[in-house]
Amino acid sequence: MIKLFKVKEKQREDTENGNARGPCNKQTAGELRLRKDITELNLPHSCTISFPDGKDKLMNFEIKIQPDGGYHAGGKFLFSFQVPSIYPHEPPKVKCKTKVYHPNIDLEGNVCLNVLREDWKPVLNINTIIYGLYLLFEEPNHEDPLNLEAAAVLRDNPQLFKSNVKKAMLGGTVANVSFTRCV
Amino acid sequence: MADSIPQSRSRDLDKLLLRPGNLVGPTFEAGAQLRDDIKECVRVLVIGAGGLGCELLKDLAFSGFQNLEVIDMDRIEVTNLNRQFLFRLGDVGKPKAEVAAKRVMERVSGVDIKSHFCRIEDKPISFYNDFHIIVLGLDSIEARSYINSVACSFLEYDSDGNPQEESIKPMVDGGTEGFKGHARIIMPGVTPCFECTIWLFPPQVKFPLCTLAETPRTAAHCIEYAHLIKWDEAHSGKTFDPDDPEHMQWVYSEAVKRAELFGIPGVTYSLTQGVVKNIIPAIASTNAIISAACALETLKVVSGCSKTLTNYLTYNGVEGLHTKVTEFVRDKDCLVCGPGVLIELEASVTLKKFIDLLEDHPKLLLTRVSVTFRGKNLYMQAPPVLEEMTRSNLDLPLFELMGKTPRDIVHVTGAAGKGDKKQSCSRKLRVVFKGIIGVTDMDMAGGA
Repeated sequence: MIKLFKVKEKQREDTENGNARGPCNKQTAGELRLRKDITELNLPHSCTISFPDGKDKLMNFEIKIQPDGGYHAGGKFLFSFQVPSIYPHEPPKVKCKTKVYHPNIDLEGNVCLNVLREDWKPVLNINTIIYGLYLLFEEPNHEDPLNLEAAAVLRDNPQLFKSNVKKAMLGGTVANVSFTRCV
Repeated sequence: MADSIPQSRSRDLDKLLLRPGNLVGPTFEAGAQLRDDIKECVRVLVIGAGGLGCELLKDLAFSGFQNLEVIDMDRIEVTNLNRQFLFRLGDVGKPKAEVAAKRVMERVSGVDIKSHFCRIEDKPISFYNDFHIIVLGLDSIEARSYINSVACSFLEYDSDGNPQEESIKPMVDGGTEGFKGHARIIMPGVTPCFECTIWLFPPQVKFPLCTLAETPRTAAHCIEYAHLIKWDEAHSGKTFDPDDPEHMQWVYSEAVKRAELFGIPGVTYSLTQGVVKNIIPAIASTNAIISAACALETLKVVSGCSKTLTNYLTYNGVEGLHTKVTEFVRDKDCLVCGPGVLIELEASVTLKKFIDLLEDHPKLLLTRVSVTFRGKNLYMQAPPVLEEMTRSNLDLPLFELMGKTPRDIVHVTGAAGKGDKKQSCSRKLRVVFKGIIGVTDMDMAGGA
């Protein structure tokens, strides 16, 4: 190997004398994989994607879900996705930017969705997560509660839950929490 | 012959380097020259000055390497002192890299260690190219993945798709977790790179958020509740910094409250740190064993005094001692270390024409192609919002879009194959523009 190093030594001197190459691409493998996921998205028609940082910064993006059925029909809910550089070894971090009255999403925007944490696997993709979020609106479930109050109401009194969701989406106050209008 | 060569401090090293052997590598030439070259010419970079890093610096210095550099972004903490043996109580708060370098230089004469107290990403790529071999004593996948991509970016292939020897940047990677560890050799283009075998890393254990919120059962659940849910509630918008003791103290006290509420025992400050930072207790002897393997492999790669490990050693000291070497294979389509498909083009070819060419290319047969160059999306087939933003590039020459670079890597994604057997894939392409090599080298030095 040593001889090789001497060769390299010389090469390096050559390049230092004015022939230096520009920095190489620093794209992470995670970015490459994400780009593939993004081009293959097959969104439910009630979901739209946007890239707030422009066409070259795909690691942060937003998904807007406008449920056409279920309790939250008519509302608009924005989710931010932060994709780590070691994606898909690690899942994206997803937060709900719209304050929502929902048993599985807390008031800080944390989302309880299995594929975002304990059930994430590298073979899953961004589409899986978006469908998961979409399903949370189709079928909120009180068995995995993050907003305990909302979950209890959904379980004990679905009618009240329905009207609470309406009130919250119109910017009202539910259980002493004020919401912003999102319809 | 050997009698006339003056002995060095290390008899064992002399035995390896001054005598010919039957198991040596093809380029091995025993003698004092080799020993001097290792001292004088070889530059080794050690990444990380923690548990493994301390051991590595000491081992490499004792193995005859005299030009070492070390990079680490951390400062010394009290909890490091049990195993990071280069540090003393009075060093707490000082940069690890600086103290480690100083201590080894004090103890091993002739060794020069330059320290870098910064993040690995803060250094320009050219910094890394300056070393003959990079030894990794890291504790995260992210950092390994980054260094791997940097080292692989130096790799060049000839027109037959064979790696060019002088462009290979060897890496020796060590890792430990409790009583388990690994040592591996990465010769980009020859042995699998980090990305080829990323699946080797087990997924992190993550608790469901709703378990944390509703039915905590363990001390770790209480800590993660304080860390992931309570923190955001109490500090709107402020991000949690695991290295800030005040933040950690806050999470700890919240976790204690939560544990009391549910009658769960076992929340301590050190467990809080452990859970939040995902720390597995480090064992000094594991570090010593793995480091020794790494230092020896470094010496073998550099000197050729023996064949190297092929290519991945695992060590398990949980019950007795189990160790094994596995020869992993490269992912031939690896986007990071693979050769990619060579595409020769005229400088006038537009992006649209280029995309059409890939459809007919016998090795690719790619349809619905999206194209990226150095992190810039030149054309995105979907989703519509990105297609619209990149459509105007289609009529521009690819050469212009690539900043007039005569040859470089382009990444594409699309659907490969024919008919029903279409499969989505990502491919690396080596694009070379015909007949303009000499001219544009100048352009690059100036503007790229």
